[in-house]
Amino acid sequence: MSESVKGNGAAKALRWVGTRAARPDGVDKVTGRARFGADLFAPNMLHGRVLRSPHAHARIVSIDVSGAEKLPGVKAIVTRDDFPEMPSEWSPLGELIVNYHDMTRNVMAREKVLYEGHPVAAVAATSPSLAKRALAAIEVEYEVLPHVLDPVEAMRPDAPLLHDHLFTAGVDPRPETPSNVAKRVQFGHGDVEEGFAAADLTLEREFDTRPVHQGYIEPHACLGSVSEDGQAELWVSTQGHFSVRGHCARLLGWEMSRIRVTAAEIGGGFGGKTVVYLEPLSLALSARACQPVKMQMTREEVFRATGPTSGAHVRVKIGATRDGRITAADAELVYQAGAFQGSPVQPGAMSAFAPYALDHVRTVGYDVVVNRPKVAAYRAPGAPIAEFAVESTLDELARELGLDPLELRLRNAAREGSQSSYGPKFGPIGMAATLEAAKAHPHYHAPLGPHQGRGVASGFWFNIGGETCATMNVNEDGTVGLMTGTPDIGGTRASVSMMAAETLGIPLERIRPIIGDTNALGYTFVTGGSRVTYSSGMAAVQAAEDIIGQVRARAARLWDIPVEAVEWQDGMVAPAGANAGEFDPMSLADVARVSGKTGGPIVGEVAINAQGAGPSFGTHIVDVEIDPDTGRVSIARYTAIQDAGKAVHPSYVEGQMQGGAVQGIGWALNEEYIYDEQGRLENPGFLDYRMPVCSDVPMIDTVIVEVPNPAHPFGVRGVGETPIIPPMAAIANAVEDAVGLRFTELPMSPPRVLRALDEQRERLQAQAAE
Amino acid sequence: MARVCLMSSLTAFTGGERVLEVDAANVHQLMRRLGERFPALAPHLDDSLAVAIDGEIHQDDWFARIAPESEVHIMPRIGGG
Amino acid sequence: MAKLHITTTINGDATEFLCEPEQTLLDVLRDELQLTGSKEGCASGDCGACSVMLDGRLVCACLVLGAEAAGRTVETIEGVARGEELHLVQRKFLEHHALQCGVCTPGFIVAAKALLERDTDPSETEVRYWLAGNLCRCTGYDKIVRAVLDAAAEMRGEEAGA
Repeated sequence: MSESVKGNGAAKALRWVGTRAARPDGVDKVTGRARFGADLFAPNMLHGRVLRSPHAHARIVSIDVSGAEKLPGVKAIVTRDDFPEMPSEWSPLGELIVNYHDMTRNVMAREKVLYEGHPVAAVAATSPSLAKRALAAIEVEYEVLPHVLDPVEAMRPDAPLLHDHLFTAGVDPRPETPSNVAKRVQFGHGDVEEGFAAADLTLEREFDTRPVHQGYIEPHACLGSVSEDGQAELWVSTQGHFSVRGHCARLLGWEMSRIRVTAAEIGGGFGGKTVVYLEPLSLALSARACQPVKMQMTREEVFRATGPTSGAHVRVKIGATRDGRITAADAELVYQAGAFQGSPVQPGAMSAFAPYALDHVRTVGYDVVVNRPKVAAYRAPGAPIAEFAVESTLDELARELGLDPLELRLRNAAREGSQSSYGPKFGPIGMAATLEAAKAHPHYHAPLGPHQGRGVASGFWFNIGGETCATMNVNEDGTVGLMTGTPDIGGTRASVSMMAAETLGIPLERIRPIIGDTNALGYTFVTGGSRVTYSSGMAAVQAAEDIIGQVRARAARLWDIPVEAVEWQDGMVAPAGANAGEFDPMSLADVARVSGKTGGPIVGEVAINAQGAGPSFGTHIVDVEIDPDTGRVSIARYTAIQDAGKAVHPSYVEGQMQGGAVQGIGWALNEEYIYDEQGRLENPGFLDYRMPVCSDVPMIDTVIVEVPNPAHPFGVRGVGETPIIPPMAAIANAVEDAVGLRFTELPMSPPRVLRALDEQRERLQAQAAE
Repeated sequence: MARVCLMSSLTAFTGGERVLEVDAANVHQLMRRLGERFPALAPHLDDSLAVAIDGEIHQDDWFARIAPESEVHIMPRIGGG
Repeated sequence: MAKLHITTTINGDATEFLCEPEQTLLDVLRDELQLTGSKEGCASGDCGACSVMLDGRLVCACLVLGAEAAGRTVETIEGVARGEELHLVQRKFLEHHALQCGVCTPGFIVAAKALLERDTDPSETEVRYWLAGNLCRCTGYDKIVRAVLDAAAEMRGEEAGA
């Protein structure tokens, strides 16, 4: 075996891992050749479209499709009647726990529509324009019901009730009446009352955040094709084609083996493409028409009907001694889940105080349904909201205590052996290392200009492993085909191949990585949870080790010596020392050339459930500048610091940090959903849902800290999610530093900031007049 | 015997006990023994949980080894974006 | 509804197509001509993923009707590389790892190339404002701006900057 690269890879000089190698799919993506979800066409293809609810909350009295059916060129229509009822039970599907009772209703409304944009019918027709006309010919009778959008309002006893059978879980005794509160969760240890009693200073603050969308540039798209014998193929832009297969099989009542799913190139996901919307509709339509059905959402549909993350109300209370030691921390988090239960309040409650070593900590969370689209995962689901509240409160605490905010964090930072706020003790972690790096960074000491302020904040995310397969075929010329099942959303073909090349000791260019379809590999969990470089990397390394073992065995038989006497070094097999005999070393290509004569093709196959993912911590520094006349907050300088364990491809690690930071900047400053009185979304487009554009941001400086994760062959930690956590608080803290105003409500958009500045000016004038 | 800490939502089914001593060599045994000891808890020891053994989080890992001196935390499963 | 017969020039080739009056140039490129390098991110001119050149002017193909291409010249991402030689901007995007998912990349490359054809010495601010019509949700724009500035430097014959 390849002892040389086992254990912590950082101990050995590395040829590929840690370099900025070219990505294998790069040329396809700069030439327009790469095929994304909407880029596939099939012969005899139909175009599918979805009829959506115009109401936020209504009972469906009737659906009449007869008019649409009569239109020439309309080949299939599906409604609630075409999907079987599902039991209300939480079923495991890989690492996802899903309730198919809810999922089938989200895919196609049954008794009620629960949000504007909720699907009520889908049609397939010979052209997109005809499909549109067919939708207009479907008659739906609604009985409009009162709706509720805000989670705190939805918790009130007199709030409009979304589900008659939703009883709050996690409270004892179980409630006798249904409500919009799906679940209560609690985490922590110690005794917070005792901790607050020991505090010299206690601060309590409340925060509000709005739902924000993942904002992937590629709308959802798929092409389903079901033949007359029921065999189905699906081409889809997704973070997890195995999950898509599982969901579609359950929702349609089909056996999994009937459905083969191929992952297209994916134009962004950030968690939002881990769920199904169009996929089961396209298969159901295609099964009726026996023609391929392509479906793609408009941007408006993406906003109205796909999952943003929660909006929330969070109360935080932190007590500390005069020297800045936190004695107790307490938080209550109310997250809206959208129309069906399952907000990320649980990970929010678990991660709220995770960056800190605390003796007394408690978080309580509520999962609340409202008449908005069901939330979907969004980059470190739940954590950015909770940590925004905590990191903002900590900043105020530092101010009150007269302590440097990084110093306050350092005095309380979680370290190896600290008990986390969600239970277990931490292994080796980089929280303190990121704080030290921030303190030492020139940015932290640079002078500020007029109307400018500086803020810092930290963040934590768990990261996961999970079920993962890899197959490595050694071709006859010694080159290698590497197949994994995790769609490449940001350069992981490169990072996974680099680890494989490192292990095999062959040039990176000799490995051609592809993403296998659901029939080509065993079940592989989604690209999400910052798990791909970690888990697919681990599987690829093990597949390479499997190949090395086979190559050594072949060489041993060729040389007629024991396999223990054959060494693997730098991509070659060689006799281990003089006693083993005198044979010329053989390269992988040499052995591959005779593989057919020595036992057949050399194939490395690995199927694992990767464990041991290590958490990643980050600390961000931001300088903001505030325009006193317009209230516009602009980002003058930004530095993101994060522990990557080991940066396999530093450019893509930096890219995750930069991209996460800018998504966070959008969340902090501009992004929000605006609804009218009837609960209809007023800004379902990029003009009014204002994501950061190139001229909104400066360069995002990065510092990669490397505290290796001992569970990974190269020390990798997931890096994708943590960087979206610190920006909101860092910016709010910087705004306070600049103008002395504390914003507890996101986004800090120009109208909101201008109003606060005007009020501040009035206060100052009133004081001056006195 | 491993020291096992339950997340607080599970203590409703253990008569309030949160820290337990359990003789189990792996996660599967641990879950079985907890279910035997607290029948009301058994239906809640499901796929929505993760198990941290000496600080390392395991999900869907029934045969993960638990040493006699291990500290085990039963907590919610982690997903991600 | 009768379809319109349009004659145009796309990436240097004389091209004919039939389209419905309401079909956009983007619809035509993608659905009728299978030139799928131009992407639909919004269909409202906000994201720039469908950036193309129309008679030498940078436009969003989703805001132009297919019929408006009659008698004009259209250049798309598919026409940017020459044979096996990538355009400088494409090469710099790869060197700087200026893409993650890559769906916005064709639009950025068409837009950046248009900028450098007008001005080989843009400031960082000029690059940022020129590209403000192209949305990227993955990269935070940092490496994209560096790639474009570096491409400009190479066009000017300077050593690789950034």
